Amino acid sequence: MSSLPDIFSAVAQGLGITLQVLILSIICASIIAFVAGLSRVNTNPLVSGFTGFFVEIFRGTSLIVQLFWFSYALPGLFNIHLGSDVWVAVLAISLNYGAYMSEIVRGSIQAVAAGQTEASIALNLSKFQRMRHIILPQALRMMLPEYGNYLIQILKATSLVSLIGLTDLLYYGNIYRSTHLSESPLVYVLLLVMYFIIALPLIFFTRKMEIVSKKGVAS
Amino acid sequence: MTWSWDVFFSVIPLIFKGLWITLGLTLACYLFAAVFGFVWVFLNRLPWRPVRWLFGWIAEFIRSTPPLVQLFFIYYAWPMMPVVGVSLNPFVAAILGLGIHFSTYMSEVYRSGIESVDKGQWEASTALNLSTRQKWTKIILPQAIPPTIPMLGNYLIIMFKEVPLASTIGVVAMLHIANDYGAQYYKYVEPLTVVALFFLLLSYPSALLINKLEKKYNRRFDKKTLA
Repeated sequence: MSSLPDIFSAVAQGLGITLQVLILSIICASIIAFVAGLSRVNTNPLVSGFTGFFVEIFRGTSLIVQLFWFSYALPGLFNIHLGSDVWVAVLAISLNYGAYMSEIVRGSIQAVAAGQTEASIALNLSKFQRMRHIILPQALRMMLPEYGNYLIQILKATSLVSLIGLTDLLYYGNIYRSTHLSESPLVYVLLLVMYFIIALPLIFFTRKMEIVSKKGVAS
Repeated sequence: MTWSWDVFFSVIPLIFKGLWITLGLTLACYLFAAVFGFVWVFLNRLPWRPVRWLFGWIAEFIRSTPPLVQLFFIYYAWPMMPVVGVSLNPFVAAILGLGIHFSTYMSEVYRSGIESVDKGQWEASTALNLSTRQKWTKIILPQAIPPTIPMLGNYLIIMFKEVPLASTIGVVAMLHIANDYGAQYYKYVEPLTVVALFFLLLSYPSALLINKLEKKYNRRFDKKTLA
């Protein structure tokens, strides 16, 4: 077991990239989810239809395929250079999970009772005020537990970035394993434990939000 | 690098061969996860609190760590383990790895189904002096499983999109073929696009089907509660 500190110091070099991709992806995916979710409940069929099309494309294909596609196609085909592979990874992960999460946004907005919309129209609130003060605050509470679940999914997805050459936790784990074959079980168990430790705050957040979202709601 | 339609059309039959492997692997992983999911339900209902707590956290651990690392563990690390170490072929490793990962999700689906069965049903079946086995097979499960069918279907689609992970341990399915082709001719975009299209062509109609199922079961539920 004396090799455990060695493995840890080797693998920990990738912690920065993993956390960087995780945090950037969470921010971008949340923005995409809100923009796409609100566009899908837009009354203009062109806006909602167009957004729906994009959401279905990103939900319908696999994240790993998208990741490869972005890393090969963006520079070659469209001559788009995002500066670093970190941004390619963040783009793929946040478009994929943004698409999934936009469905929660849409679902929760539509789950707010129709009487709330009718009442706010009767009170002569503008469309924007209705969304801002009446619908969204109620929808937000409903979407929180699912949102927490998706944050854990995004953490798991960050392990894929090693496949396009980013030097994250798994990348350094694989490097270490290739030179110390007999210690492979220890390497991967340590990696799993490290991912789990990063996931713990997200797990507790999700559990807490499950309680919050049920509070004061008639069952 | 420019887009070439010639390459695009010439890789379609090549990738199509991989599609069957992807589909077969999806089905195998799904069946494994569906059956193994019941094991977690059983462990969760054991009468000893510390044991339940322990297995609860083990399930949480498997659920919230990356399936890719779990695959690598089973494929690369397992053969190196003392005493229990055996080499697995990539297919078996993928079925085990993805199957165990998703069984933790399946067990949540089963649990929500079982919890939705009215408490009175348990009491009534106890009153009728049914054995534990009869209670489960005749009363509880027939009511618990049908409402979860749309969710179970959803997991089949999710699994289909996770199976390309197996290409990293050398399962020659769609993604692996596409990457091989790219490495050989330095043409990545066309084969990867074909793979993406195959995914879209299969998963979008299935998602629509699941939506229909969901509506059907919801309607039945509404009728029941109204009556």
